[in-house]
Amino acid sequence: MSSAVVDTAVRHAGGRPVAIVSVRIGHLRQVVPDSLLFYFGIVSRDTVCEGAKLEIEVVPAVLSCDDCNTEWTAEAAAFRCPSCTGGAITVVSGEELEVESIELEVQDACIA
Amino acid sequence: MHRVKVRVVEDALDANNTIARANRDDFDRHGVTVVNLMSAPGSGKTTLLEKVLGPGIPGVRTAVLEGDVQGSLDADRLAKHHIDVVQLNTDNGFGGECHLDANMVRSALPALPLADIDLLIVENVGNLVCPAEFLMGEDARIMVASVAEGEDKPLKYPLMFRACELVIVNKIDLLEHVDFDMDRFLYHLDAVHPGVAHLQVSARTGEGVEEVRDWLARLPERAGAPA
Repeated sequence: MSSAVVDTAVRHAGGRPVAIVSVRIGHLRQVVPDSLLFYFGIVSRDTVCEGAKLEIEVVPAVLSCDDCNTEWTAEAAAFRCPSCTGGAITVVSGEELEVESIELEVQDACIA
Repeated sequence: MHRVKVRVVEDALDANNTIARANRDDFDRHGVTVVNLMSAPGSGKTTLLEKVLGPGIPGVRTAVLEGDVQGSLDADRLAKHHIDVVQLNTDNGFGGECHLDANMVRSALPALPLADIDLLIVENVGNLVCPAEFLMGEDARIMVASVAEGEDKPLKYPLMFRACELVIVNKIDLLEHVDFDMDRFLYHLDAVHPGVAHLQVSARTGEGVEEVRDWLARLPERAGAPA
């Protein structure tokens, strides 16, 4: 998973050194932020992301019931509607695994 | 030096998903239905395949793509039952990948007899976390959970139990020896994946194996049906 993050950042960096990689991880993904940080440091070696800071935003799991339109934030893995117990659920957010932005180190243009 | 922020907003698995779609196109072109078979290590995936595919599924030509970090122990077991099997090892990656991804499956395509089969079962690396994240171009996902693992697993690994069309509860011959409450397991399963199909099986004794065979035999027509 860390490799997928590094690969995405490298693809958008255009060969320039990366200072910060910002990712958004949904609460429903089985991604452990500490593990992602640890392996990011390893798999980014010898890439433009080496030494970059990984910033992780965890996105809450917001679910919506297709039957009664109740919307709630799920802490635990419960995918039945708390109001009507319906099982037809739409995930509004919480499945993100997204590289949101990168910050690049750019050489100042030489005016002299 | 100064810093420039570049908006990316891209799914980190986009590259994998693009390759998965290419795999899917190749499978579709050959009329092959593909199943991604996932579980924890030791849940009985290989024994189940021996029992299900050993006698064959009438009218369905089948092959197995066997994913393991190292070695070919499982592939050798299947080959003894005259099951068409191709081994795929993942130990070229960083420390041995704990899952198969679309690109690894793509690398195995030339070795697969796609023109001569109807159903390909990909036995994923035993792991309840990463395999659920990486699509490979499959039509359906089956998850095997054995009663020895405990009834709380759907709550601990919800993504895995949500990412499948069929849950096989294996090793039911052990029910009298382990503290596993089937009703509670099914209750937890329903909480994380309401309405998902499940079968209770003992690959060891053969109980329920025919039902798995039936499910697989009917899969091509379900997968081929318009979405």
